[in-house]
Amino acid sequence: MIRFDGVTKTYADGTTAVDDLSLTAPTGKITVLVGPSGCGKTTTLRMVNRMIEPTAGTILIDGQDTAAMEPAAMRRGMGYVIQHAGLFPHRTVLDNIGTVPRLLGWDRRRTRERSLDVLERVGLSPDLAGRYPAQLSGGQQQRVGVARALAADPPVMLMDEPFSAVDPVVREQLQDEFLRLQAELGKTILFVTHDIDEAIKLGDQVAVMRVGGHLAQMAPPARLLARPVDDFVADFVGRDRGYRALGFRPTPKLPLRAEPTLVVGESPSDMSGQWCLVVDDRRRPLGWVRPGDLRGPVTVADLNRGGTVAVQGGSLRATLDAALSSPSGRGVIVDPTGALVGTVLAPEVVALVEEDRVTQAEAGSSP
Amino acid sequence: MIGAIWTWLTSTSSWSGDDGIPHRLLQHAGYSALVLVVAAAIAVPLGVWIGHSGHGRSLVTVANSLRAVPTLGLLFALTLVLQPHLQGNTAFLLPCVIALVLLAVPPILSGAYAGVEAVDPAARDAAKGVGMRPREVLRHVELPCALPLLMSGLRSAALQVIATATIAAYVGLGGLGRYLVDGIATNDYPRTGGGAVLVALFALVADIVGALVQARVVSPGLTGKGRRLARVDHPTVPSGATAS
Repeated sequence: MIRFDGVTKTYADGTTAVDDLSLTAPTGKITVLVGPSGCGKTTTLRMVNRMIEPTAGTILIDGQDTAAMEPAAMRRGMGYVIQHAGLFPHRTVLDNIGTVPRLLGWDRRRTRERSLDVLERVGLSPDLAGRYPAQLSGGQQQRVGVARALAADPPVMLMDEPFSAVDPVVREQLQDEFLRLQAELGKTILFVTHDIDEAIKLGDQVAVMRVGGHLAQMAPPARLLARPVDDFVADFVGRDRGYRALGFRPTPKLPLRAEPTLVVGESPSDMSGQWCLVVDDRRRPLGWVRPGDLRGPVTVADLNRGGTVAVQGGSLRATLDAALSSPSGRGVIVDPTGALVGTVLAPEVVALVEEDRVTQAEAGSSP
Repeated sequence: MIGAIWTWLTSTSSWSGDDGIPHRLLQHAGYSALVLVVAAAIAVPLGVWIGHSGHGRSLVTVANSLRAVPTLGLLFALTLVLQPHLQGNTAFLLPCVIALVLLAVPPILSGAYAGVEAVDPAARDAAKGVGMRPREVLRHVELPCALPLLMSGLRSAALQVIATATIAAYVGLGGLGRYLVDGIATNDYPRTGGGAVLVALFALVADIVGALVQARVVSPGLTGKGRRLARVDHPTVPSGATAS
């Protein structure tokens, strides 16, 4: 557990980066600090491992005052991940990962074994062990950065915008793997980002900070979306928060309609019909076609791939989006292996959303 | 002329005795090595400290302005001032070493400073953040990353010193400069030309050796080799130099 108690950071020129901050990052959970630039979130993070010294207040880690610890020794016990990874360019991937174990005095063999183990944990091939950072893509570098932080198995991880410098597709992969990893490892994580979507996706709880280093609101993501405390938080969490909040609601069981399907190479039996779903040989959806547009059997080039696909029992947001994005208006629902289960219409999902809201309200457990 | 130089270079008499090529070359190498060691002992720690701390950047500018001082003039001035206070060979050697050290310090200082200064701030921040103490940051991150520029500084200094150490002959010392000075004095131009060729060859060989050393001590991660993806099929695991 990381506890901030009345922590303030004022610089010599009089600017206050963090103002009387009190918050707790619980053990085994991800606490995200989010806010616009200049809100003091990075300063807050860097005060934990004393890269920046607080002007006032105390920071406790599992009840121990960090001010009483020797900074270097303390930092070896905390994972530290930064925006551009900050890998050591002259060291191989394996040596980068083994940095903290070596500082802690582990022998070469144990360090090597552990580093290879962590390399795989973060989803990288052992073939990369001998590469240098300049030979890696941005996403790979960031994974090595995470691996380096994990190498000595610290209970606490400090992560400063670790996924901001990579492209959106890679960022999403990194976030998903980060969540998978955290489910296995259960570290106490303090995570800084300026991206509210990232905060909501990753955080067990989210602390929204405002310029001047004030804590505006600290809450689990669903609550943050449902009950922003003031205009600043409401503005910051964004306009489509009603829709995004559905991301935290599982889809209850809903009646699905059977969907007639085609495979590539087949011709529709009813040429006048509206949209038809095309699947592969394992019934995984590929896209939609309109028989009236076809000049023969279905080819891959005929497919409309506009619709998203939702997994059965996934979030209401995914289910609704599948319906809204489908060119036929029928949202495609698949089982966990990706095979088609059926389709659903948007009004049906909206009815579910409303039902879910009423049930929640009656149970008195509105988020 | 070229034929005459060749004849001088290949005649047995040029290769024997105290004025023979081996002895003069050894003297020349001796002066150069002494100067480079002294200059590096001053400029490397100073440059690294300036780069590491960010203090005293103006020293680098001052050192660079020293490059404008003509070494030969400085040598005569120093000899005039120092000679009365010194005994024997030292009276000539010391002014010579000082003049050449002043020539060698600026490139080494600039290289060391620029090398450390250019270390990626993210790598430096990470080094501190994972728990390296300032000395460890210097030893494990800043110095190894500074090596390419540091080595270029040293090689550039070596070239200048080897070429300029010929001036030792003006104050009566040995080295390959003797052939230039004596050759001119006696109108023995093949000797002068031969001396010049030898100096150039020696400088070239020294630079090749420097390049080999550089290739050996600089991590492939900092040079073209380590950036080429073709190499990754042969993962190299920690060599002692980078893995401590």
